[in-house]
Amino acid sequence: MAKQKTPSAPARTKKERDAATEKKIVTLATDVAKRSLAGNEPIVRVPTRTKSNTLWNKKKGILQMGPAAQERGLFNLSQAKSFMQTMLHSSSIKDLIAAEKTLSLRGMFYKGLHTVAGTKEKTFADQDESDGILEDLEVSLAALREELHIFAKKAGTMVGNITIIDSGDEIDCRRMGSGGYAIPSIVEPDVIKFKKCDAKFVLHVEKNTVWSRFNEDRFWEKHNCILTEGGGQPPRGVRRLLRRLNEELGLPVYCLLDCDPWGHYIYSVIKQGSISLAFESERLAIPDVKYLGIRASDYRACGLSDDVQIALNDTDIKRAKEIAAYPWFEGHKGWQREIAGMLNNGFKMEVESLITKDISYVTETYVPERLKAKDWLE
Amino acid sequence: MAAKEAAVVAEPKKKSATPKVDAESMATRQRDISVSEFFAKNRHLLGFDNPRKAMLTTIKEAVDNSLDACEEAEILPEIAVIIEDLEPTRPATAKSSRYRVTVVDNGPGIVRKQVENIFGRLLYGSKFHRLKMSRGQQGIGISAAGMYGLITTGRPMAIFTKPKAGQPTHHIELAMNTKTNRAEVTFDKEVKVFPPDRLRNLTAGTRALAEQSGFLTAEEFPTGTSVSIELDGKYQRGRGSVDEFLELTAIANPHARIVFVPPTRVTEDDEPDVLTAAEASAAAVAKVTTETNGVIVFPRGVHELPRETKEIQPHPKGIELGILLQMLKDYEATEKGGTLFKFLQECFCRVSASTASGMCESIGLTSRTKVADIGPPQAEKLFKVFQESKLAPPPTDCLAPIGVRQLLAGMLKGVRAEFYAASSREADVYRGRPFQIEAAIAFGGELPGDETARVIRFANRVPLLFQQSACSSFKAVSETGWKNYNLSQPRGGIPVGPLVIMIHMASVWVPFTSESKEAIADYDEIRKEMKLALMECGRKLGTYLRKRQRMRREGLRRDVFERYIGEIAKAVHAIMGADPKAIYDALLEQANARTAVADQVLDEDGKVIKDEEPSGPDDDGVLIVHDAIAPAVAQLSSTPFAPLDFGNTAKKQSGAGVTGKSNTSSKAGSKASSKSGSKSAARANSKPDSAASPKRTAKKAPESAARTELRARAAKAASRKPGSNKSSNDGPRLF
Repeated sequence: MAKQKTPSAPARTKKERDAATEKKIVTLATDVAKRSLAGNEPIVRVPTRTKSNTLWNKKKGILQMGPAAQERGLFNLSQAKSFMQTMLHSSSIKDLIAAEKTLSLRGMFYKGLHTVAGTKEKTFADQDESDGILEDLEVSLAALREELHIFAKKAGTMVGNITIIDSGDEIDCRRMGSGGYAIPSIVEPDVIKFKKCDAKFVLHVEKNTVWSRFNEDRFWEKHNCILTEGGGQPPRGVRRLLRRLNEELGLPVYCLLDCDPWGHYIYSVIKQGSISLAFESERLAIPDVKYLGIRASDYRACGLSDDVQIALNDTDIKRAKEIAAYPWFEGHKGWQREIAGMLNNGFKMEVESLITKDISYVTETYVPERLKAKDWLE
Repeated sequence: MAAKEAAVVAEPKKKSATPKVDAESMATRQRDISVSEFFAKNRHLLGFDNPRKAMLTTIKEAVDNSLDACEEAEILPEIAVIIEDLEPTRPATAKSSRYRVTVVDNGPGIVRKQVENIFGRLLYGSKFHRLKMSRGQQGIGISAAGMYGLITTGRPMAIFTKPKAGQPTHHIELAMNTKTNRAEVTFDKEVKVFPPDRLRNLTAGTRALAEQSGFLTAEEFPTGTSVSIELDGKYQRGRGSVDEFLELTAIANPHARIVFVPPTRVTEDDEPDVLTAAEASAAAVAKVTTETNGVIVFPRGVHELPRETKEIQPHPKGIELGILLQMLKDYEATEKGGTLFKFLQECFCRVSASTASGMCESIGLTSRTKVADIGPPQAEKLFKVFQESKLAPPPTDCLAPIGVRQLLAGMLKGVRAEFYAASSREADVYRGRPFQIEAAIAFGGELPGDETARVIRFANRVPLLFQQSACSSFKAVSETGWKNYNLSQPRGGIPVGPLVIMIHMASVWVPFTSESKEAIADYDEIRKEMKLALMECGRKLGTYLRKRQRMRREGLRRDVFERYIGEIAKAVHAIMGADPKAIYDALLEQANARTAVADQVLDEDGKVIKDEEPSGPDDDGVLIVHDAIAPAVAQLSSTPFAPLDFGNTAKKQSGAGVTGKSNTSSKAGSKASSKSGSKSAARANSKPDSAASPKRTAKKAPESAARTELRARAAKAASRKPGSNKSSNDGPRLF
């Protein structure tokens, strides 16, 4: 498999990174102050996070953010409020850096929440508004979320032949019981260090239920691997950890996802990054991740019963066609065939459908056979 | 007519008794019908259909006469209308009750020998035979009112008249004999005092007003007439009431001062639902009045009398063949041997020497042809020539339009709105009679927004209160496309919205649909002029509404910016320590500059009537009341911004007191304009006298009330210039 690579970003101390982030925020505020006092409209440049501004870097095999940016001005009726919110959150982040503390997304929502002086209007209507502003800030400041001292809730589980050090605590992922190790939101080297790894590959499954099946069957032990799960679309912490395992330890990553457009897109995101977080693709994407299944052909190949079919609805069909048209899938014969196969079937299948064969069919037969036959999509 | 019918009905009886009825015997029963008798039986034709309307008509006729008399004698009218309750013990629900109506004016008075004729005869008057603009026309009104009183109460009408200052006053009581159409004098004495002392001491209110020399003083009434009629009537407020009539009269006659003493007891309405709606509308037309102790004073708005009108000769196109024949006959009778040429020149207007000779030639006669030699065939030819000839329209100095400036002043005084527009058309002609249409509209402000527009109609300055839908003006309003002016209008109906539409027709002869003078007949020429006048007003309103929309939008924008500026200044300060006040001020200045339209439009259109400079009618006939609009703009921010603590609030703004005040005033206004709907509902629940609530009290002498009001509003408007930092839109939010 791939050789161990050096980390993409030069390792900096936490202090250095904090100082850099703080400087960026002060620059932003100084610009606003200068423009205001000079009689110009204060603006914040926010790179656009839309599909149209997402570029497919074929060489690197990842999605990257394009050059388009929006100028968010105070004197634009539709932007005035978000401008104000951007300034509020900037101020909050500076406070966090100074206090050397981190807050969750929800915590940030509450930190910025108050009533605008003299009105009955709240600064943030809901957490979604706040989350959006924070994502904007990440891109405008070109700083990672963890550099802004913000984390998301934990949503991912890991177990396997690896020992890590999380914030100074040594964690042996072989001894995690039935629950597994919860992957935190921030998994940068200053939080999580890899101490000892015997595993030869990583198997990432879509959801917790499937993960439990594998864990109960001690799959990771039998096949000497790491088993992860991301609760559907994996959050950034999970993706970053997979990337580090792949990049730093040179472990190949295999995915076991549902056979539906949702599953296909999860694979796409893990492989080349997402549209909304295209600016983070460089450190999140795993271009050589492999898609083990479920494949559209498995219905026949595994001899599954009619009962496991879940009919594709109109939204599914539309989404499947959209995915097929993405530039990174467009020229890929294997994927074109796979999506066409699913559309031909006219139904989708979940990983759990394999349970109809046998409770441990997926862990004892399906995955080992695929790995052995190197039968996957890339 | 009635008498004739009676005769016919009586006939069969007689036939059976004495079968031999011939022309001879019938002839014994065929006789003259007195006009008085005719109208006594058909009183609804004159507007005495029911007790409530009888009361109104009586007052209307008396007030019309008073105003006409004052104007003709070039006296600024001073009129008192007093209703006394003669049966105060009667239950309030009674269908009718006995009242005494007294109308006193400071007109020229009436010489003794004419009193019987003027008050005691129907169809007797000075106004019928001439072509001159006046309120009264036929000479029926006041005599009919007296007759109605006599019929319902048996009491004669009492007249006090003083035709010459320093001379005694005639006190005469008249009872009309309907059979003879003549008055019988039941009392005739000379007294010293005018106006009668008794009237000043009626109520606490009249006594108080009289003490301030504001009510029936001998100085104000050196000459004059007082008419009292006792009648069976009903006094009730609301649509079509005495109150409304006087209110509207005050609008159309800003040169008159009217004092109204309503009866102590108001008849309760038996259909409260209907009335509450009417009350709400009536309340919407609030008055610039002072009301103390129940006495309502409609102050004088302007001190010039309306233009003196000239009497004119008929226009050739305005007569019928029969009338031409009669005129020829009359001319021959007075001017023995007069020529046709002279006849044409003397008896008609707009016939010059050359047109006269041209007309003579075109019917094959010469200028020297004598009138006596013209037979019916030639007369008919002449009539045709009249119709075909190209003649200038009749002269218009016989008309006294209210005028754009006075229209605006009148509307401003009577209707509390935010936008006023008026237009006065050029005179035009229907059936050879000159007429002139004026229209005014008031929009917004406190007018109810969810009802159909109120149409107020006037003919020769007299309000028309009934038969709205039969009136030409009503049709003109429905036919005007109000949707073009950003108003909603149901198909073929009256527009809906906070709108009052006023239409005035001035003419030497207003074509009423009936003797009670309630609706203008629907002549195409008249309706066309009305529509043109309305369209002119409508266009101005449309322009204004579009501007206002933009202004509101800009105001809203500014408001959004202002809201967040404080937060931004604080955040920037927290991040990099910049002076928050400096940033706040800099951003606020930018916000105001960027939304300058919100100010600009206010000023651009702030064309306020300048009362001091009689520079002729206002060019564009538009008036905007700023304190009724501005608040809507500042509506969202009407709660003053809480002070942000920047630590350096030492430099407080100097004009804090001023700004604070204007802020509160705009707050009150904003509620009114934004919630006009709910407000009108709230009003509907309260009683009318209290509901007419924002009765603006005149601060100085009542005459100058309207003027003071105008000036106050103008001053307010001027204080809202952009750039001036003390304007209410700046500062107060923060410090």
